[in-house]
Amino acid sequence: MKKHSTLMTTPFWRDKRVIPLLLQAIFAMIVILIGTIFLLNAVESMRQIGISFGYDFLSKMAQFDIGDKIVSFSSTDTYGKAFFVGILNTIRVAFIGIIFATILGFIVGVARLSNNWLARSVASVYVEVFRNTPLLVQIFIWFYAVFLSFPTIEKSLNSFGLFFFSNRGTVIPWFELTSSSFVWFLFLIAGLILSVIVWKIKLNQQVETGQNKYPFFWSIGSFISSLAIAWLITFELPLLLSIPEIVGRGFVGGYTIGPGFCALLVALVMYTASYIAEIVRGGILAVSKGQVEAAKALGLKSSTILRLIILPQAIRIIIPPLTSQYLNLIKNSSLAAAVAYPEIFGVGITILSQTGKSVEVISIVILVYLSMSLLTSLLMNIFNKYSQLVER
Amino acid sequence: MDKNKLLTKKPQKSPYHPSTGTLDWLKKNLFSSWLNTILTFVFATIITFIGIGSVKWIFLTANWHVISANFRLLIVGQYPIAELWRVWICLTLVSFLIGLSWGLWKGTMGHLTIAVTSMYFIVGCLPFILMETRIWLLINIAVIGATYAVGKKWSKLKKSTLIGWFLMFPITIFLLNGFGVLNHVGSNLWGGFLLTLLIAIVAIVFSFPIGLLLALGRRSKLPIVRWFSIGYIELIRGVPLITILFVAQLMLPLFLGNGIDIDNVFRAMVGFTLFTAAYLAENIRGGLQSIPRGQFEAAEALGLNTTIKMTFIILPQALRAVIPAMVGSFIGIFKDTSLVAIVGLTDLLGMGKNIISNPEFLGTQMEVFIFVALVFLIFCNLMSYASRRIEQSLGVGKR
Repeated sequence: MKKHSTLMTTPFWRDKRVIPLLLQAIFAMIVILIGTIFLLNAVESMRQIGISFGYDFLSKMAQFDIGDKIVSFSSTDTYGKAFFVGILNTIRVAFIGIIFATILGFIVGVARLSNNWLARSVASVYVEVFRNTPLLVQIFIWFYAVFLSFPTIEKSLNSFGLFFFSNRGTVIPWFELTSSSFVWFLFLIAGLILSVIVWKIKLNQQVETGQNKYPFFWSIGSFISSLAIAWLITFELPLLLSIPEIVGRGFVGGYTIGPGFCALLVALVMYTASYIAEIVRGGILAVSKGQVEAAKALGLKSSTILRLIILPQAIRIIIPPLTSQYLNLIKNSSLAAAVAYPEIFGVGITILSQTGKSVEVISIVILVYLSMSLLTSLLMNIFNKYSQLVER
Repeated sequence: MDKNKLLTKKPQKSPYHPSTGTLDWLKKNLFSSWLNTILTFVFATIITFIGIGSVKWIFLTANWHVISANFRLLIVGQYPIAELWRVWICLTLVSFLIGLSWGLWKGTMGHLTIAVTSMYFIVGCLPFILMETRIWLLINIAVIGATYAVGKKWSKLKKSTLIGWFLMFPITIFLLNGFGVLNHVGSNLWGGFLLTLLIAIVAIVFSFPIGLLLALGRRSKLPIVRWFSIGYIELIRGVPLITILFVAQLMLPLFLGNGIDIDNVFRAMVGFTLFTAAYLAENIRGGLQSIPRGQFEAAEALGLNTTIKMTFIILPQALRAVIPAMVGSFIGIFKDTSLVAIVGLTDLLGMGKNIISNPEFLGTQMEVFIFVALVFLIFCNLMSYASRRIEQSLGVGKR
């Protein structure tokens, strides 16, 4: 293309209004062309294999059972319900994983900046090792080498007779609801609200008068007294502890967690926590030194400085990368397919191998992950707005 | 007199005494307060327990025979033994270039070279290694030494070394496959760590141009191009890698029709390339956004058209700014190659999984997977170390 044109009228291939339109038309045509070729090929090959396209299989009977589930599911239920069980299982592992990974990540991140040399080095080694090893290898180590290598149920290891570890799963003590659980629940909520109100009132008084009004003890006291009232009304504990026992070849009582879930959860938590730790460390380091010095000059304790000065400011820097780690954790939970934990992807693969509906199944799985990612980033964006600096 | 006295007075000792004694160090770093002391004891107990347990396991319980017996499988998979020399030639060529680069650029390259050389040396010293392998490793070490000397003397070789690195990839593929000139070795026989490396390298090499185009497309003023790029990037980034691998495994043959038959390894490589491209595009877009408007305007004021402006003004700056982020993505991709084990390929991890299902090596899961983890750990650490050094030498990422 020549740069200097002496022509008075610009030809259309050099017209600034035409070129973009032309380019886009060409681009769109290429994309549509490739898309059409792919689609035609897909239709043709599906016709040859003898499978038809359609989502009507969702209402057919799924002839498989799901081992690890929250809601009831049997082999007579539909494929659609199998997907639903899978989604719930994904949410379960992702939700619990996010909570534990955040807690562990914050602890390790703070420990990396500790003035205790030992804590600092242990945290650094932890981060280096877990960040630089593939997640799938970690899942395999936990699954094959740890949770499946536990002894059989009859010879299972136990700690204090409360936790049992066997190759068929880990059993922990769990709670059973009693008749008064609902009353207790109401009083618990009321007590929480009351304690917050009392705390605010006492804190305001303290700010106004300048005397220590012990807001913390007051709020704790009001919370405990509301629980005491609940006890007086019901004369029963809210929850009964169900301690697992070995009866014959199985466990009675307690809550059994499958080895696949255990391995996946532990690996996801350990892996993601190492990333969160680095984010937390970066966020804390980004808080300017003057803030800490000013807080020290005011005579605050180091734990108070961390809680009231550093973390609220660091949180603003931490949240955006933390969100992407949460999204990663949700996406990484799909690796459960390797350890036979039936979450959405694993269920999808089972259904796919039974029905041969690869396009439909994968499109559902993709849709589920996309909506979950969208929902998580929406929630984190709302939280982000709250924590942002309010500037005038 | 008074003034004199003031002047001759010895300078007061500073109130701060930095001391270097071990006892002071211990007091400052481990026992500065009662809370710290408790922490120290807690951690010391944990470390002692873990340490004793690991040492006992490594030297007494673990059955390392499984690694020594399957070492070749883990590294090169089912690659025919008679054709192994091709893999060695590839490695020697890499050593050649590494040595040359060390001599030419020094610095970071030196540290990396020493790491690679010591890896050769350590592997060569392992007791179960065949004599043939030892000879090849020795040749490699010698090649690195020799080319280092050459590179140090002739600094004009820089350009040809870079070209050599770019040519390395097609040469490797040619040597490994044969393509009719040498005996054909199908990619179904590629396996172990060799396959891991190949998938990672293919994904990195091919995803870079695609990612670059996507990044430019996302910032383009043309709405159709922009929306296509945004849609592609967000779709790929929103779903797990494993679904994309499955799409590549199951749906690629459907889409391509009957005429084209591609094998599993190639399908996995396509999946990885498409996946990495989306992430790279976001990295590059970050770099493009960091370029001040003035650069664009100045280039336009000089009368440069879009292509020239991008190639010579914007991209060199943008790409340099995001090298650390890109290396981070590459490390991620290198780790993620292990996912091909789920779709049935025998990469390093898949091979490990096959080995533990062999009844001869029952109960050796921990040994095999720890070995796999160790290999990944070493290589990822090397890569992140290199990335940190590049970051420092470029001066990016400094606040």
